[in-house]
Amino acid sequence: MTPRTIGLLASLAIALPLAANAHPILDSYRAAAKQDNPAFKDFSADAGRTFYTAVGPNQLACASCHTDSPKNSGRHAKTNKPIAPMAPSVNPKRFTDQAQVDKWFKRNCHDVLGHECSAQDKGNFVAYMLSVQ
Amino acid sequence: MHLFTRSLLTAALAACALLAQARTQGDNRGRPMQPAQVETTWQTECSGCHLAFPPGALPAAAWQKIMSGLSQHFGTDASLSPQQTTTITDFLVKHASNRWTSSSAPMRITETQWFRRQHMSGEIPQAVWQRASIKTPSNCVACHRGADRGIFDEDAVRIPK
Repeated sequence: MTPRTIGLLASLAIALPLAANAHPILDSYRAAAKQDNPAFKDFSADAGRTFYTAVGPNQLACASCHTDSPKNSGRHAKTNKPIAPMAPSVNPKRFTDQAQVDKWFKRNCHDVLGHECSAQDKGNFVAYMLSVQ
Repeated sequence: MHLFTRSLLTAALAACALLAQARTQGDNRGRPMQPAQVETTWQTECSGCHLAFPPGALPAAAWQKIMSGLSQHFGTDASLSPQQTTTITDFLVKHASNRWTSSSAPMRITETQWFRRQHMSGEIPQAVWQRASIKTPSNCVACHRGADRGIFDEDAVRIPK
């Protein structure tokens, strides 16, 4: 193997894991969370899981429609419409389109919490989704 | 019976049958349930939580009312961008039913007279609506498998267990 090839492979070995951790949507929430709270460190998938199952004032949780596991297909609580799985490990399209993600957070946070989700809430939620294998 | 009278009677009966069929086949809202070419924004945005209900199911006034109140859409905030709202409203209004004579704007397809006549006049037992596979009368696709393509023919209805 030439030194050049070794150099190339080494760069890839470093870059790929970094690329895997980079997630544009999560990063945008990181920036927003940092703005909200300068002491912000990072999101927690565990906090995201708690958030996901917590029942809000309207007797709804995220899990009410998305089921107890983001890997499952869900159903709309009122209309019965099927909902594709949320976990990117099962449904790679999830959390790739910022506009889509914003739209659904806007709607569903009001449905479940009765108000908008903070950047911290959203980041924890997405971190949890990304962690589900 | 005279041949002429018999032919006349047959013709009259055939006409009645045809008319009756036209009523029950569901195109009695003046237009087909949905056009062959549909607006993709409507299809995408209005099917997020339920079937994108076909424009021919309600009159234009109803669609206008629904589209102007999306932030309070049957208990949820379904608001869209102004552009999306305009595009969808135009499509719905253009292909809306022209059978309503008054300016009434029924907000629920399932509460309209034609719907109740088709679904709530005894042919379908009440218990059917409670089945987990159906859950609610607004869940058209449970029995009308081609609903998303605007197909509601009675012949194609399959009521699930």
